[in-house]
Amino acid sequence: MRVIRIIPCLDVDKGRVVKGVNFVNLRDAGDPVELASVYNQQGADEIVFLDITASSDSRETLYEVVRRTAEEIFIPFTVGGGIRSVEDVRQILRLGADKVSLNTAAVLRPELISDVSNEFGNQCVVVAIDARRSSQTSCGFEVFTHGGREGTGLSLIEWAKEAVEKGAGEILLTSMDRDGTKDGFDIEMLKKVSQKISVPLIASGGAGSTKDMIDGALLGDADALLAASIFHFGEITVSEVRKELLKAGLTVRGA
Amino acid sequence: MTFRPSVAVFDYGIGNLRSAQKALEFAGAEAILTNDKSILKEADGVVLPGVGAFGRCAEALVESDLFSLAASMAEKAASGGKPFLGICVGMQLLYKESDESVGVDGLGIISGKVKGIEGDVKIPQMQWNELKCDFTHPMFNGIEKNPWVYFVHSYSAPKTKESVAFCDYGTEVNAAIAVKNLWATQFHPEKSGETGIAILKNFLSTLKSDGR
Repeated sequence: MRVIRIIPCLDVDKGRVVKGVNFVNLRDAGDPVELASVYNQQGADEIVFLDITASSDSRETLYEVVRRTAEEIFIPFTVGGGIRSVEDVRQILRLGADKVSLNTAAVLRPELISDVSNEFGNQCVVVAIDARRSSQTSCGFEVFTHGGREGTGLSLIEWAKEAVEKGAGEILLTSMDRDGTKDGFDIEMLKKVSQKISVPLIASGGAGSTKDMIDGALLGDADALLAASIFHFGEITVSEVRKELLKAGLTVRGA
Repeated sequence: MTFRPSVAVFDYGIGNLRSAQKALEFAGAEAILTNDKSILKEADGVVLPGVGAFGRCAEALVESDLFSLAASMAEKAASGGKPFLGICVGMQLLYKESDESVGVDGLGIISGKVKGIEGDVKIPQMQWNELKCDFTHPMFNGIEKNPWVYFVHSYSAPKTKESVAFCDYGTEVNAAIAVKNLWATQFHPEKSGETGIAILKNFLSTLKSDGR
């Protein structure tokens, strides 16, 4: 029985939740631990924190967020952003996170995926991929790194497959074209990747309504649905999404 | 003053044990991560967590020189001794062997072999799932019908007479076992929200301060 997960994502900058459109124009959206706790009460299945702080000296701020979250919330949570080594992963897991999300560092050095997976198990390795439509690659989607600033020329499908081979336990796929737009997930992109990988796929980028969430699971064949802005600004609650997914014939927790 | 039982969590150098410790504390225990045998022996109860591969966990137990202690404590728990809770690979380790790591010995307390999840489903199972459980077992005391808990695994223990809960994933998956004071869950109670905390509380309620 496949049970669709609903995952609020908190982009954290200097200890605060922020959210932009197409990766820019950031707005403040609150305290990460408070928000995570609210989502937990609404029935979120997991929480993702992505640290988007540019400077490395504010790592401590992120660690504090992780530590506080681990004391209050007993559902799985993932931490990503700026993770470059097995030691970074160890530190974050030690503070209480359950999974880490690897992005740029994994593209630059794919062995990082196998190193982390061998050390801590593939259940804690999420490989996050930022991709956009592009004529540069055979599959029509190109992988970007550095918060979406740098194109890699890598084909999305090839990279997703390689990440799984190297030990990714899940793929978190963000459509940069749709991110923050509320135009819905990029269904075609999701479907292409979902068919090619054996591990769960998390859809990200573009969810603006409960209908979009349903489409992500039903049409995009995603196993989990991630969203940020619609949840932070109270436009839709996690519990509403759960109800609507259920009505659409999908299975969710607690139903 | 209410009794706050002490629980020692086997710290044998694998994965993320902090969340188990935090959840046990939240559930009312004085929880400590340790590889110190005397602390493990003196605690009111012990928890054997485990993530990653069966072979790696078994080897890590050997390397930490905790393999025999874990085996003897699990065995005693199964005959009514000090309570022992295995979580995830910590449950799988109670069996003799696993298809995941052929040739590596498990603790061998429960007979049978751990096998890969079968069926047309994504591997790992990484999701919440609904338990079909034996509500008469103390593990599920006070828990509402059809509890939902969080799973992350690619292999699972066989269905045996010791099973007290199942979930449906590809086939019927053995989700929890219990033999007297030896309890084990394939799911992660420490990550299963209120239901998980309730299960941990039920485990704690079997602990006594006499150290047995």
